[in-house]
Amino acid sequence: MENNTKRYWRGIEELTNNAEFVKYAHREFGDAPSENEKGEALIDGTNTVRRDFLKVLGFGVSAVALAACEAPVKKAIPYLNKPEDVEPTIANWYASTFIDGGDYASVLVKTREGRPIKIEVNPMSSITKGISARVHASVLSLYDNEKLKGATIGGKPSDWATTDKEIIAELGKVSARGGQIRIVSNTIVSPTTKKVISEFIAKHPTTKLVTYDANSVSGLIQANGGILPSYNFSKAKTIVSIGADFLGTWLAADEFSEQWAKTRRVSSAEGGNKEMSRHYQFESIMSMTGANADYRSTYKPSQEGLVVTSLYNALASKLGATPIGGASIKIDHFDKAVSDLVATKAASIVVSGSNDPAVQTVVIAINAMLGAYGNTIDAGMPSNYRQGSDAEMTSFINEAKAGQIGAVIFYNANPVYNHPRGAELAEALPKIGLTISTNDRADETGSLCKYNTPDSHYLESWNDAEPKRGFFSFTQPTISTIFKTRQAQSSLLTWAGLNGDYATYLENAWSSTLGGKSAWSKALHDGVYEPGASASFNVPQTGLADAVVSISKNYKANSDKMELAIYEKVIMGTGSQANNPWLQECPEPVSKACWGNYAMVSLATAKKLGLDQEIELDTHEVEVSVNGKSVKLPFIVQPGQANDTVAIAIGYGRTKAGKSANEVGANIYPFASVINGNIAFSNTGDVQVKATGKSAQIARTQTHNTVMAREAVVQETVLSAYKKNVEAGRFKPEISTAEGKKTATDISLWNGHKYNNHAWGMVIDLNTCTGCSACVVSCNAENNIAVVGRQEVINRREMHWMRIDRYYSSDADVEDVKGLEYASENPEVVFQPMLCQHCNNAPCETVCPVLATTHSSEGLNQMTYNRCIGTRYCANNCPYKVRRFNWFRYYQTDEYDFQFNNDLGRMVINPDVTVRSRGVMEKCSMCVQRIQAGKLEAKKEKRRPKDGDIQTACSQSCPTNAITFGDMNDETSEISKLLEAEHKGRAFGVIEEINVKPNISYLVKIRNKDEKVKKEEAAVEHKEHA
Amino acid sequence: MSHVVSPIRETLVSGGKSYHDVTNDICKQVEGEPTKEWKIAFGVSCLVFAYGAYCLGYTWWQGIGVWGLNKTVGWAWDITNFVWWVGIGHAGTLISAVLLLFRQKWRTSINRSAEAMTIFAVLCAASFILAHMGRPWLFHWALPLPNTFGSLWVNFNSPLVWDVFAISTYLSVSLVFWYLGLVPDLATIRDRAQTKASKFWYGAFSLGWNGSAKTWARYEYVSLILAGISTPLVLSVHTIVSMDFATSVIPGWHTTIFPPYFVAGAIFSGFAMVQSLLLITRVVFKLEDYITIEHIEMMNIIVTVTGSIVGIAYLTEFFIAWYSGVEYESYCFINRATGPYWWAYWMMMTCNVISPQLFWFKKIRQSILVSFILSVVVNVGMWFERFVIIVSSLHRDYLPSSWAMFTPTMYDIGDYIFSFGLFFTLFFLFAKFLPVINMFEVKSVMRGVSTNFPAKKKSSGDKSKETVH
Repeated sequence: MENNTKRYWRGIEELTNNAEFVKYAHREFGDAPSENEKGEALIDGTNTVRRDFLKVLGFGVSAVALAACEAPVKKAIPYLNKPEDVEPTIANWYASTFIDGGDYASVLVKTREGRPIKIEVNPMSSITKGISARVHASVLSLYDNEKLKGATIGGKPSDWATTDKEIIAELGKVSARGGQIRIVSNTIVSPTTKKVISEFIAKHPTTKLVTYDANSVSGLIQANGGILPSYNFSKAKTIVSIGADFLGTWLAADEFSEQWAKTRRVSSAEGGNKEMSRHYQFESIMSMTGANADYRSTYKPSQEGLVVTSLYNALASKLGATPIGGASIKIDHFDKAVSDLVATKAASIVVSGSNDPAVQTVVIAINAMLGAYGNTIDAGMPSNYRQGSDAEMTSFINEAKAGQIGAVIFYNANPVYNHPRGAELAEALPKIGLTISTNDRADETGSLCKYNTPDSHYLESWNDAEPKRGFFSFTQPTISTIFKTRQAQSSLLTWAGLNGDYATYLENAWSSTLGGKSAWSKALHDGVYEPGASASFNVPQTGLADAVVSISKNYKANSDKMELAIYEKVIMGTGSQANNPWLQECPEPVSKACWGNYAMVSLATAKKLGLDQEIELDTHEVEVSVNGKSVKLPFIVQPGQANDTVAIAIGYGRTKAGKSANEVGANIYPFASVINGNIAFSNTGDVQVKATGKSAQIARTQTHNTVMAREAVVQETVLSAYKKNVEAGRFKPEISTAEGKKTATDISLWNGHKYNNHAWGMVIDLNTCTGCSACVVSCNAENNIAVVGRQEVINRREMHWMRIDRYYSSDADVEDVKGLEYASENPEVVFQPMLCQHCNNAPCETVCPVLATTHSSEGLNQMTYNRCIGTRYCANNCPYKVRRFNWFRYYQTDEYDFQFNNDLGRMVINPDVTVRSRGVMEKCSMCVQRIQAGKLEAKKEKRRPKDGDIQTACSQSCPTNAITFGDMNDETSEISKLLEAEHKGRAFGVIEEINVKPNISYLVKIRNKDEKVKKEEAAVEHKEHA
Repeated sequence: MSHVVSPIRETLVSGGKSYHDVTNDICKQVEGEPTKEWKIAFGVSCLVFAYGAYCLGYTWWQGIGVWGLNKTVGWAWDITNFVWWVGIGHAGTLISAVLLLFRQKWRTSINRSAEAMTIFAVLCAASFILAHMGRPWLFHWALPLPNTFGSLWVNFNSPLVWDVFAISTYLSVSLVFWYLGLVPDLATIRDRAQTKASKFWYGAFSLGWNGSAKTWARYEYVSLILAGISTPLVLSVHTIVSMDFATSVIPGWHTTIFPPYFVAGAIFSGFAMVQSLLLITRVVFKLEDYITIEHIEMMNIIVTVTGSIVGIAYLTEFFIAWYSGVEYESYCFINRATGPYWWAYWMMMTCNVISPQLFWFKKIRQSILVSFILSVVVNVGMWFERFVIIVSSLHRDYLPSSWAMFTPTMYDIGDYIFSFGLFFTLFFLFAKFLPVINMFEVKSVMRGVSTNFPAKKKSSGDKSKETVH
């Protein structure tokens, strides 16, 4: 056809080729003039008007359809200039220091895209070896939307310049007329902050610093001549604690936990350590420390002083010293404790939680008599955790009431809430002309002050800390201030008429100390600078006689009156972080209750009050009145508590802390009494407990207290038995088969899995787990676990992947299944961290209809949220009940107004972990995101991951190293060695006879007790045919 | 199918009915205006359905957190209701298929409504399969469908997948069987139809049935084949449902006795439900001559037999719990009988084991009122049986730390009410628009057994089946 020159025309018009035809010749339907005109008008010179219409229609429909399916577009603003060091998806770690009053911790802060999201312990610190639940939770307090968003004057927002101008003017006026100025603070561990305050005092010489602590130990400081000695439990063979919750709340509990654990770690390997310290606890409440003690018995708060003098006298009679008098008290295990102390002498430590200097004076004398000073107690290395003085605070309140104060600055202190005389102070505040608060929110105290100049969160701040003499730790900001807040130190400098730049001030101070900026940079990088500065000391041994007189006056050997014991919860502490939903929802280790406080009494006392012990049901509401003041609280029977004693925790009943904290529980601070000028966290006045007749609910994550004699769940023994046989206490069920009895774990329908590369596993030592729950909060932070609130916890729907099961022993016979439900009067306690056991024969995996939960090639039981349709069959079939279901959409739903429901709170979300939607199951993933990250890191370096490269959130967070995570295929890993040693020793799988073959092993708990009567062993034999 | 019926048998249809009477009696309900009783009953069902639908809608919108479930008890009323309805759904197939194969002629009066009941009950059960899911909009993921994920299949190890197959097979086979049995009767109605609409609809659904011998022969073949297919389903469906529990590791669930025990329980509850419904239908539609005391008595006997089997199963469970020496299992059963849910356990024992034993007395067996009350009592008991198995096993399993209680909310109850609304709405629609008694089968059992059968009709030959105009 190439030579074909013939032309065919479409019609006469083309042949004639007139103008009209030419105009529309390119069009498909050239002869449709109406369309032509329309087309011309719309689109310039095309022949596709109709098609365009269809295209547009098609696009429009699909766009609308797509828009309907797609989630709304979120704005993400890219960096205009990318900051140095911030790489998307790569975490940056900064060394910093957590400071909350006297609580301190050297930490590493993980930031992602500029947001701090996780706190871990700083391994370079020689003091901080573990961090508590509160430190883990502190990152969420950074994103608390209810903090003040800038300076306020009289409750109205103001700018800093105006505020400073007014404050400086008013301070000037007060100073000029010689009016008294007070800075009221909790313990200040920062030496540079103290320097700033002295600069302020130099400018305003009538200023005095008033330091107090909500959980005051001023009596202890007083007895020690103004210092706090350092305690070293790791050197102790006999530990006697008289009301000191040193693993939970007393002074530096995390530090003590690690020391204590060192004396409790045993190994079943040949030649491994088989010695343990023996821990006696005498106390009024069942504290977490008491729960971990070998021997434990109770006294009433009114007996406390006499317990100490009795101990002194008993020891003195054995060691040939002079007794000091005082009525003698008989409590269980007392004589045994005395003989152990006498036997271990200098390798002993006696501590007391009392805030009465008289009691502490006797305790010092006891330790001195034993020779503990220089060994377990070092007075030459004072620690700075608590510096508050109750006397100073009392005189401040008296002065305020008398109208003798011209100006007051509350430096991160909230005495209106957390001082027993807070109400009096609140009344006196209007008499003070100038009231300033640097608290982060308009709290109970701040809201009564004229000026609120909110301090920045520690993650936004510069600071330093000196927890012990010569041991420094530094705080550097990990994010710029979220709100228009300013560091209190900068404010004080400004008001002192100096340059209000605390960062520079700090840098200058330290650069000169350390010798140059590079040394300062290194110190900041490491987070710590620890030259140490131990000094010689004299054991303070004065006033023993006076102390005994005072004790005889203030304490009674016998009292059948009801008494009030006030205690601090391990999780909530003094209530400073009460608006932190992670802390509110983390159950207290012993009571397993969260979201509020409650009145606890012993079993016998409950019977006496006519209040029965309820299991898994609503409880009673009781009214506790003390000298006329009263609170209404739910009631709990607490096994192991002293009889005729009602115990209530501080830290609750906030009114102006924020929506998570307000009206949760009741404030019990005002019920504290005073002994020898110091706050006594008890009240032996007129204490009445009455049922109101109403029922009440308590959010408890565990309502069943005992283990029902199920030896396959928790296994324990006593040290003497363990020394004879490392498998003592192991429960090894056998199953009868046609070929005789077989070990339960040897019979299986399954072929098992082959792990060619890694085999991740975990070992949890029940002997060193104290129940502190740091792992629980750490897991919450790492894995974006939803907070569900009080009502949903009552509905038994908390989402925690990691929980600490707590069991009490029961006196009932193993056959008496009803009796076994009730705990003993003074039970033995065991804590068992429980999380997904990553079973090799996982019951959950076989039942999921859609393969949403599967086994990985590395031994992990994986959960694929996207695939889950929510039948909950896996959770039902989980023998450990560790699976958690998203009953509702916990994020972005008004009812669950916690961190996931506001843009600020959501900044804490770990971007490596999916936020789960409604209707899917979730559970512990063994921090698979960390495993993947660790493997990738190793791969980049062309090597295998080394042991320790990868840590789960819980194993990394455990202050006592009770949790060991690692690769069981790697023979050199710590877990392999541990299992090697304990395989024929303490290692067991929980309920192993059902043969799900968990990848998590537990190590038998050993109590350093004398062997028990054979009753238990008979029970074991009976069980063995099971 | 020529059936020889022993003359000593009791009359299956009383009242001296002729074929024409049968046709008239049954078609009357379909052809006439709805009765006042029907309107009231249907209206009430619709209201119940509407309230239930609101509750179910709220559940779907908010999430199943509106139920009383928790971290320990992941199934409660949802699966209780599911198993209960599936169990009820067993009687239909049993009556139609097994009794057909065993030549039990008395079934003819009741099989139609029993089959309808089966289908509606299975639909109710299916509604709980959907409702209990966390993400019901993804229910199709439980089906082995091709998908964009590559070779992603369902988990063939999971009893829930077996359930999906078992229930869907059962539903489809029952539906086909039921529909097939309806065809000759639909043709009868078609032929009598007065209005255009009913002529059209009944005509369309009767699939051109012409009543020829060939058609009847084919019908008989298919009917027998389907009966053969259905029979194993009677055993398989509840066997598989029981495996949801039996293959698990939870004490109280992990029990080899479950398959026969569940099947017996299902037949037990199914017959009780058929009994309850027929006793009402019989009165409302005045079908006393078709559903006679003998029918009621036969059903009561089956209820007694299956109830006793179930009772033995309960006792066997207890024996094994003790005999096995497994402490979790022992505790589970002690807890069932004496723990916080003791009342549910004893409710189950009383209703299921003790109450059917009253039928040993002929007087009670033949009393319509007592039969009705006991049939309801049996289903109450069977509901509690499933509740006991599910909740009392789950709420206290291995680790005492996780022990918890389950308390229903108004949405647990509302969603259960929904299934009743659905069931009765469908049942009343069925009763109005379709023949509740299988006319042609009833006619087949009348010859020689109806005492006052008119003599002149004896000459009509040996054809046992014919279309009647």
